[in-house]
Amino acid sequence: MGKILDAFMAVKKRLLDDAANTLSSAPIIIQVGSATCENAAGAQEVRREFEKLLLASGRADIFIKQTGCTGRCSREPIVGVYLPDQFPIKYEKVTVEKVQQIFQQHILGGQPVVPLILDKKTSRMYSWVVTFASLSTVETDSASRWNEKFKEHLKIHGVPEETIRSFIGGCLGLYPAGKEGNKVGMLVFPEKVVYEFGTEEDLARIIQSHFKDRKTLTSMQAEIDPLIKRFITLYGDVAFFNKQTRLTLRNSGIIDPESLKDYVANDGFEALARVLENGQPQAVIQAVILSGLRGRGGAGFPTGSKWQSAVDNPDPVKYVVCNADEGDPGAYMDRSTLEGDPFSIIHGMALGAFAIGASKGYIYVRAEYPLAIRRLEYAIRQCEDAGLLGKNILGSDFSFEIELRLGAGAFVCGEETALMLSITGRRGQPMIRPPYPTERGLWGHPTVINNVETWSNIPVIIRHGAEWFARIGTEKSKGTKVFALAGKIVNSGLVEVPMGTTLREIIYDIGGGVEKGRTLKAVQTGGPSGGCIPADLIDTPVDYDSLAAVGSIMGSGGMIVLDDEDCMVAMAKFFLEFTQDESCGKCVPCREGTLRMLEILERITAGQGMPEDLDKLERLGNLIKKTSLCGLGQSAPNPVLSALRYFRSEFEAHVLEKCCPTRKCSKLIRYEINPEKCIGCTLCARQCPVNCIEGTARKPHLVIQERCIKCGNCFAACKFEAVDRV
Amino acid sequence: MDVNLETTLDKEIIEFIAACMQREHPRSYLISVLGKVQEKYGYLSRQHMHAVAHIMRIPTSRVYGVATFYHFFRLRPRGKHQISICMGTACFVKGADRVLEAFKSELGIDIGETTKDGIFSLDNTRCLGVCGLAPVVTINNQVYSQVTPQQVPELINKTLGR
Ligand SMILES: Cc1cc2nc3c(=O)[nH]c(=O)nc-3n(C[C@H](O)[C@H](O)[C@H](O)COP(=O)(O)O)c2cc1C
Ligand code: SF4
Ligand code: SF4
Ligand code: SF4
Ligand code: FES
Repeated sequence: MGKILDAFMAVKKRLLDDAANTLSSAPIIIQVGSATCENAAGAQEVRREFEKLLLASGRADIFIKQTGCTGRCSREPIVGVYLPDQFPIKYEKVTVEKVQQIFQQHILGGQPVVPLILDKKTSRMYSWVVTFASLSTVETDSASRWNEKFKEHLKIHGVPEETIRSFIGGCLGLYPAGKEGNKVGMLVFPEKVVYEFGTEEDLARIIQSHFKDRKTLTSMQAEIDPLIKRFITLYGDVAFFNKQTRLTLRNSGIIDPESLKDYVANDGFEALARVLENGQPQAVIQAVILSGLRGRGGAGFPTGSKWQSAVDNPDPVKYVVCNADEGDPGAYMDRSTLEGDPFSIIHGMALGAFAIGASKGYIYVRAEYPLAIRRLEYAIRQCEDAGLLGKNILGSDFSFEIELRLGAGAFVCGEETALMLSITGRRGQPMIRPPYPTERGLWGHPTVINNVETWSNIPVIIRHGAEWFARIGTEKSKGTKVFALAGKIVNSGLVEVPMGTTLREIIYDIGGGVEKGRTLKAVQTGGPSGGCIPADLIDTPVDYDSLAAVGSIMGSGGMIVLDDEDCMVAMAKFFLEFTQDESCGKCVPCREGTLRMLEILERITAGQGMPEDLDKLERLGNLIKKTSLCGLGQSAPNPVLSALRYFRSEFEAHVLEKCCPTRKCSKLIRYEINPEKCIGCTLCARQCPVNCIEGTARKPHLVIQERCIKCGNCFAACKFEAVDRV
Repeated sequence: MDVNLETTLDKEIIEFIAACMQREHPRSYLISVLGKVQEKYGYLSRQHMHAVAHIMRIPTSRVYGVATFYHFFRLRPRGKHQISICMGTACFVKGADRVLEAFKSELGIDIGETTKDGIFSLDNTRCLGVCGLAPVVTINNQVYSQVTPQQVPELINKTLGR
């Protein structure tokens, strides 16, 4: 071992030695989420309640640990309970009242509180949950073939099929670089054993031993990647995570985001130490190029080439920047990573800085993310104290410091040239490219700007190798992508899937399908710069090129599910209102053009659309795309254009028939009370927020149309179907 | 508007500016400084902006330009209670627009305005990351989830302690 690695091991040892409450050394762990979403759902109260009970119990062997978001947003707050030698249990929607029961019965008594368990329906009726993992997502066939074979063999061996739930998983990343062959991985819960086999004879042996004799067949056990192993060990809710592959979110919800010790205990900063020991920046760049990593901030530019062009620039002063300005109004992947795993961003940036020869980095983060800011500040300070940031890191020649800069709520500042201006304290108005930031960036020096998720992939690539990484995903889109799944979906939350996973898998297998059993209408990806994908294209794989081909974009990761009650015209207008409002006003096509488009859409949704409006929207949209200065204007018409492409008839209904087929556009509907049906129960009048329903008890009521704000309360309230929406 | 400029701002902020001025690229800290001022006073008054411009030796026009460019900065004082409706995509899809309408008509003000008595101001935010609980409304940092237009009067009363 060289001197830098020695120095790192010394740092690691120092950190871990005074570690009293890490996962491994503590007998009982209560894990409570502490991201913004969890806190909003009441996690802090839950945590305080646990603290109270813990104090009262006087037990010294129980620890409460805070973690970031695990992505199960619709089930929060989530509490994980880890008893020694027990399957980890997660509870959903925990309230202060439920804490008492969980604490008494499970933590003190050792008996899980079954009715409160997360996903109990899906995974707990079975004795085993088995996942088949293929080598990569391009090649899921082999896994499904083996799944079929597995079922056949269960029959042959007389193991009742109902006791086992089997899945085809995404690429679990089970295969460390260099392992080849037509083998398949098989992960068995609750034992958390991974088998690896390639022949039917082996499969039969596994079934005989594991499922009949109930003995682990150690000879067939696979050597698995520690990253994956940790994930498998720590997660109880199998179904939700089954098709996911967690790289970016590898630590979110697992480590304590305020503890460098926790990060280091989980392989953190090891990649940096090795790279510094090696002393070859070009090797790092080569690895990133080979990995095929593309930017996760929206445009998908190859990260390695970006770095290379910064290196090729002779200017000795260089900068790295992390773009954490997450502007998509329906997405929060980056925030979750910043809150759940801030060290991996710092780690990634340090690797990038070493690779390109920068000694200063900036993280540009939205002022609206106070918790993320606090965690980042704290993380930076801990790294400085430990000598992992600052002068001569680990005794090497490499010096690197990171400064936080706050954005102040301007979507356009996510655009890289605007972002740089904003860092220098100016109005963030984009500039014409070229020159690109790698040519002339911050204060005139070459600058590499990457997205949060991009940075957080870097340590994984360096640690596990470019080849390993390049196996995940599709030919042109490598690795995974995090999506913020929301809208009319059963399990809304963050999901991370290998590139190439289809929308169907994300929505149905992970997301649990459309809410309230309604019909899927479209999926919106890429937020205000993206477009909608209609339900009949739901088998589209999510990768950069496939999404572009159907007229949407990967974007930063917003994914909104729309059902048959959603109006596509209103949706298009919603996004255009946003971009119009956020247009910086520097160039005419975007400043004026988006406003004109919005006016047309307002007209259409108010029932005053003209037949030529639709063509006008299309023409104007295409013109704005072609002539705007920056990406905001160049993509602003996308939501409208894609809605027109797939849902033109809905626009026509608004324009020609002056009717909104989904009854969403309030100017095109009215609420009326049918005097025949109304029994005068007064319920609607009491529910009307503006008191515009008149009438006396037991007499038919009347809506005063002039004052009605069309909130629909009366419609929802009436038990006699006397309120009509017309 | 000259000698008194420095007393316009709190000592803590003056010190913060002084620290920024010691660093490399001092004027790049303008946004952070304005953020601190707003944190302290709730908004940016003309005097505040003047003072910042003076101390940092930046033209007032540029300070004003920055303050008006970024949505985060407010140039008018806010009400005692801040009501903020998430108008992110997920919340919109789940009917946040109708909740907003209800607040507007109940309070008689529009987005960005404050009631005449200075009690409430109404704002919108973008995704808070709790889309699973959409639509969400925050009142003085307390998050309310799955809000319906019906609940609006009740929420207002609750905030007033009634
Ligand atoms: C209007 C606009 C908003 C953007 N917002 C973001 C953002 O919030 N986060 C981000 O990482 N990139 C954003 N980008 C993309 C950046 O300009 C840039 O491409 C990206 O940060 C590069 O990093 P990557 O290669 O890692 O994706 C935005 C671009 C435009 C035009
Ligand atoms: S396209 Fe829009 S946001 Fe971009 S520079 Fe032009 S006006 Fe500004
Ligand atoms: S739609 Fe809303 S505002 Fe209109 S009458 Fe019904 S309850 Fe009142
Ligand atoms: S709730 Fe229905 S039945 Fe009752 S007063 Fe209103 S319209 Fe009539
Ligand atoms: S859109 Fe409102 S919380 Fe996400």
